[in-house]
Amino acid sequence: MVSAARGNDFDVIIVGGGITGAGTARDCALRGLKVLLIERHDLATGATGRNHGLLHSGARYAVTDRESAEECIKENMILRKIARHCVEETEGLFLTLPEDDLDYQAKFVESCLAAGINAEIIDPKEALRMEPSANPDIIGAVKVPDGAVDPFRLTSANVIDAKLHGAKVLVYSEVTSLIKEGDTVKGVEVFNHITKQTAQYYAPITVNAGGIWGQHIAELAGVKINMFPAKGALLIFGHRVNNVVLNRCRKPANADILVPGDTICLIGTTSSRIPFEECDNMFVTPDEVDVLLKEGEKLAPSLASTRILRAYAGVRPLVATDDDPSGRNISRGIVLLDHETRDGVKGFISITGGKLMTYRLMAEWAADLVCKKLGVNQSCITMNTPLPGSEKENIDEISLKTWSKPGATHKATVGRHGARAVNIGLKDEYDASLVCECEEVSVGEVRYAIDELDVHNLVDLRRRTRVGMGTCQGELCACRAAGMLADAHKCTDRAKNDLKNFVNERWKGMYPICWGDTLRESEYSQWIYSGVCGLEGRECETNKAE
Amino acid sequence: MKMQEKNISANNFEQCIKCTVCTVYCPVVPVNPLYPGPKQAGPDGERLRLKKGLFFDNTLKYCLNCKRCEVACPSGVRIGDIIQSARIKYSTDAPKLRDMILANTDFMGSVVTKVAPVANFALGLKPTKVVMDAVLKVDKHRTFPKYATKTFESWYKKNVMSFQESFKRHVSYFHGCYVNYNYPQLGKDLVSVMNALGYGVHLLENEKCCGTALIANCMIDKAKKNAEHNIASIRKSVYERQMPVIGASSSCNFTIRDEYPHLLGVDNSDVRDYIELGTRFIYRLIDEGKVKLVFKKDYKAKIAYHTPCHMEKLGWGIFSTELLRMIPGVDLTILDSNCCGIAGTYGFKKENYEVSQAIGKPLFEQIEKLRPDFVACDCETCKWQIEMSTSKEVKNPISILAEALDLVATSEANK
Repeated sequence: MVSAARGNDFDVIIVGGGITGAGTARDCALRGLKVLLIERHDLATGATGRNHGLLHSGARYAVTDRESAEECIKENMILRKIARHCVEETEGLFLTLPEDDLDYQAKFVESCLAAGINAEIIDPKEALRMEPSANPDIIGAVKVPDGAVDPFRLTSANVIDAKLHGAKVLVYSEVTSLIKEGDTVKGVEVFNHITKQTAQYYAPITVNAGGIWGQHIAELAGVKINMFPAKGALLIFGHRVNNVVLNRCRKPANADILVPGDTICLIGTTSSRIPFEECDNMFVTPDEVDVLLKEGEKLAPSLASTRILRAYAGVRPLVATDDDPSGRNISRGIVLLDHETRDGVKGFISITGGKLMTYRLMAEWAADLVCKKLGVNQSCITMNTPLPGSEKENIDEISLKTWSKPGATHKATVGRHGARAVNIGLKDEYDASLVCECEEVSVGEVRYAIDELDVHNLVDLRRRTRVGMGTCQGELCACRAAGMLADAHKCTDRAKNDLKNFVNERWKGMYPICWGDTLRESEYSQWIYSGVCGLEGRECETNKAE
Repeated sequence: MKMQEKNISANNFEQCIKCTVCTVYCPVVPVNPLYPGPKQAGPDGERLRLKKGLFFDNTLKYCLNCKRCEVACPSGVRIGDIIQSARIKYSTDAPKLRDMILANTDFMGSVVTKVAPVANFALGLKPTKVVMDAVLKVDKHRTFPKYATKTFESWYKKNVMSFQESFKRHVSYFHGCYVNYNYPQLGKDLVSVMNALGYGVHLLENEKCCGTALIANCMIDKAKKNAEHNIASIRKSVYERQMPVIGASSSCNFTIRDEYPHLLGVDNSDVRDYIELGTRFIYRLIDEGKVKLVFKKDYKAKIAYHTPCHMEKLGWGIFSTELLRMIPGVDLTILDSNCCGIAGTYGFKKENYEVSQAIGKPLFEQIEKLRPDFVACDCETCKWQIEMSTSKEVKNPISILAEALDLVATSEANK
């Protein structure tokens, strides 16, 4: 084992608190390494939290990207075991519409089977029985082992386990420079955005897990990675219309996946290259909303009349290989770069490319390389080790063991935290009272998140608990949660600013689709916050202008 | 952009903007902390239930199905329907023997009326009440409405059926279980009032219980069977005999008009407009100048009108109260809009007794303070509750009309 002499010395520093960084931190920690995980914002703020939440079977890539497809199905089966409370085993369908080429189906199924994906052609009528919301005009259907995965929960569970195994986690801490001695990276200099302090941390290996922002981290080390920022937009609907993942059985294109995710469902995505500078502030355009709706309706016609909650966009951390203008054809495969052999920079590796689905494998590869460089002989155990919360099977069982008469709130809590929900106080009336009514998040759960899950503001809280993710988009819950944060931080001003930011962040997502009941509700929210609570601020003006 | 132009979804809960006014108007919320309230149980809970049935919360059984939430909702969300549908779809509790006894009003009625004197005597005895409380969990404070020795239908067939065809105009009468088995007098009053107005009154073909109590106790198969039968009979009356259907029970009327299509999936769209309460039917006739009422000269009464919850939902309280106001010598006070707490079979159940009385308390207090001669109300279960919980008798507006009208003179005026 590598010894650490100073307090700021670690075996490995991982930069980036997305799912890849979190997974790598967990893997390294499970292998006994002293780990530091650094994230400039909150956990899962980048591409990790801005995707479909699809537990890919790999079928989508079977025809065009065999390697990714094989990785997906293997990881799919592993996540079902190790991340039960983050995964929902919904099944998936690939639907052929009258406008699609039915011949593609045969090729598709053949490619799936070759990649080890259990794809089964079923009667369209049977498909409609499985998923009544599917377009009744379908001419073909293939069943595949797709599912849904909650990326926030998954990241959080990885971080919890890393911490349980001794890792240190710094959020709101930005790497401002890499400490280099000659051609060796020795550590990082970090600016903490909350304390406004700078600190140095040292480790023989630094892992760049910055996703699309990894390009910038690499530049700090003096090496060049050409990322290809491919923006993908999605729409969130107010509730589930489907309980089975619906895909179009055609070559991957726009808006051809409808995923049920927790209480909502999402249609996506688009794919367009954007300038690197836009990665930090993306907007969904009217054209994107149009195409998502137009194509989405073809999968499930009821989307035409279903309330839309919000629109958002993420950016895929693709590594550029050719000049494919959309990025659709770039492999979703994992890219592990040893900068010592590639660029002559020692003590620095990058793990990028890949997908949410393959995060564990990416972490395994990265941790293998870290161990090899450190001379540590420990093998990966993450494929068999359940994440914290996923040790036990089902929501009903855990609820009944924990409470005498579990109601919807208890079960929703277990749904979010799995077996770790036992740590959440819900016994007395105050703890059990609701902060977020749409998603049934209690006072007890919010307190647990503030105390245990690295929550510094309302947006962080949303990622850990779903506060503000329901149909009211913060209308009723944000002020209550802000009150609790004010108590926790003993600072009202901070909480008030936080509340402003949160409400504006919610508004940003509602703005592109703000019509019908979502418009009514946003007007009502505005009336509550500015009219009743007297919350006004410059931020409101800026966002409206945008 | 043309898309989503008509984004009014069949999932009506989407229109909820969380204003929470439904919860403010829910009579259960202030008295039963176990009940999550209509917003939580309805639109909010529905999103979770759409995810997985296991998020169904058993506390939804505390809903009275009074529909006051729906009356309050500014967004037109059918909150009560969402809650009842969820109970129907997800509740795993099988109805208890007690629930079956309470809910099968027509079966119980047809059996018990045959031995009414004995049954009434026995049901009124303290030991019986104690046993029913302990074994069946029917609260001992409750008094069952007395059973009649002779059903309304048999009285009708023997005494008045023969001359109903002699009138120029005709209606069918949905009398309901209460009139048939417990209180035929109300049916007799309706027949005499309608006859005086120049209308022959006819029975529907094999009327069955409307199903209000069956729905409340989640006995949906039977409720649906009854509903299909009743709608077929009503259809015959309306289309083959050109007779609209009237009733004197707000809950029966409400169930047939709204719960059949919303909760039981029984289409009544072609007959719904022909089913209404007698008071509304009569009021409209007066309004159109088609009938005249002649009242007794010496009738005097101080009346307090209680609007049943389902009457609020129908929006028809105004017809009953305006009719009562037409009676010279009536001093009418409309009581504050409060649920009485009984909600049909709900208040009879031991576990609900305290909640039931707590809900009705403001109403009972207002009645006692007002000291009316009697209370007027269009619902039989409100009548039981108010009579059990106050010192006042409760009369249906149709019965009050029958008392106040000079029936002979009215008949002459409408010939």
